Amino acid sequence: MARTEIRITGMGGQGVVLSGYVIGRACTIYSDKHATMIQSFGPEARGSACSTTLAVSDTEVLYPYIQRPDVFVVMSGEGYEKYRDELKDDGILVYEKDLVHPRLKKGQPSFGVPSTRIAESLGRSLVQNIVMLGFFTAVTKLLPEDAMREAVRSSVPAGTEELNMAAFNRGLEYVDEATSAPVVEEVKS
Amino acid sequence: MKADPAGVLTGAHYLDGDFACGEGAMAAGCRFTAGYPITPSTEVVERIARRFPTMGGLFIQMEDEMASMAAIVGASWTGTKTLTVTSGPGFSLMMENIGLAVMMETPCVVVNVQRGGPSTGLPTMTGQADMMQARWGSHGDYEIIALSPQSPQEAFDLMIDAFNLAELYRVPVLFMMDECVGHMTEKVVIPPAEEIEIVPRTLTSVPPGEYWPYHVNGKYVPEFARAGDGYRFHTTGLTHDERGYPDMSAECQEKCVHRLLEKIKNNADKIVRFDEEQTDGADVVVVSYGITARVARMGVDLARKKGLKVGIIRLIVVWPFPEKRIRELAGNIKAFVVPEINYGQMVLEVERCAAGQASAICVPHGGGGVHDPNDICEAIVRAAK
Repeated sequence: MARTEIRITGMGGQGVVLSGYVIGRACTIYSDKHATMIQSFGPEARGSACSTTLAVSDTEVLYPYIQRPDVFVVMSGEGYEKYRDELKDDGILVYEKDLVHPRLKKGQPSFGVPSTRIAESLGRSLVQNIVMLGFFTAVTKLLPEDAMREAVRSSVPAGTEELNMAAFNRGLEYVDEATSAPVVEEVKS
Repeated sequence: MKADPAGVLTGAHYLDGDFACGEGAMAAGCRFTAGYPITPSTEVVERIARRFPTMGGLFIQMEDEMASMAAIVGASWTGTKTLTVTSGPGFSLMMENIGLAVMMETPCVVVNVQRGGPSTGLPTMTGQADMMQARWGSHGDYEIIALSPQSPQEAFDLMIDAFNLAELYRVPVLFMMDECVGHMTEKVVIPPAEEIEIVPRTLTSVPPGEYWPYHVNGKYVPEFARAGDGYRFHTTGLTHDERGYPDMSAECQEKCVHRLLEKIKNNADKIVRFDEEQTDGADVVVVSYGITARVARMGVDLARKKGLKVGIIRLIVVWPFPEKRIRELAGNIKAFVVPEINYGQMVLEVERCAAGQASAICVPHGGGGVHDPNDICEAIVRAAK
């Protein structure tokens, strides 16, 4: 793997930055990759569209910012509109099925998950981002499951590990259904 | 002496540069921080304020940056290692008391997480345009030490060096980060406390009553007496004699200020630090620091692919400047290329040292982002012609 660029976006409060942090930890602490994370700063971090990016590589990351992501994880419609054009033509789109209604492109692997509803079914909508991370792990195959699991476990508040593991596993399992019938649709303009 | 384990968060972490900088300060033994938090440096003091209670440290949020700087100068005289943290606008306000720290020979560390300027400029975006202010921002003649990290790991590692240099030379040390390094998150490995070497305050062995605060006895740096240990002495920002009392004379000014310069200048070989790579036989040498050093390496790789012979000097300690090495290299190469996130600051120093033997080419960037490596490559190609 030369360099993989990831953008995660959503609303402030959805756990966008924590998601980036977990992926970065999984890369650098629980596997032997390099990962540089940049988070958006300013008013957007406090309410509307919020975003974080990661440059992941087997070798040292020199350039910290991303150009065109290989993976685009979207948790809100506003975030999708803001960043959708930068995703590489064959880049992977991972999205919150109920909140984001993407115009899917041919040749662009796209995977949706109702992560908020799944989180609600676990009793805490707050773990939506961890459901999303489970789903991300399965569809991108960028990182070993165990590395991601350890990164989640060591990044969430003490006492919430079990809930977060359940959320992660639900996201991971959802993929099995999703990939058996991947949701790839033609653009209808 | 080894670091106090209470301040050392040993292990592998995923931290941003600001947090890593705060951890470095605590590992170095910093136990007093005063500040007026400002973007993009806020996370440094957030980290410290949260962790200080576990190690007996004290953080005070001050009314402004002038007071913050004054507070760390005063607190340092109790023998405590002290820190303040700011960005451009606050750095400007600290200048007067940085001069006071220089004149009173007060060990302390000032972090400047640089953003775009002038004035309030680009609060959340990167810049490297305070490099000359670090050197010349306070009035009068003085020498200063400044460091510039290129990654969160280095933000941790170099903070230890910053505190140690402050103690060794009794001078404020300026830590010139940039927003990009401050706000990027990467792996940071913090070693065990017993692997971290710390320079403690050199306390005087002279008994109270016989102690003169600025008597150096042929050395460069005087011995320190802590406030509260029973020593009665005077220290001031006015030109002073060895007893610390004001002496308004050209003779005293010469003696007092000359030593402040000499203690850094004459030890520059020990203080200066830089990475050097493939400068043997190079036609062009790229000089850079901070985040720009990483992007510059990409530009150098592109130029080398075109068959050009390019060397690298990465400044780790930016002040004092590696005059001697730049002068030597200037005689052997065609040009220096100096990318920096400003319109040409450290390039002036390169030009001065090159003294016409080699040209010094600035690759400017106004701030708010980092260079396009292609621009650096193009400058190298032009310089090699």
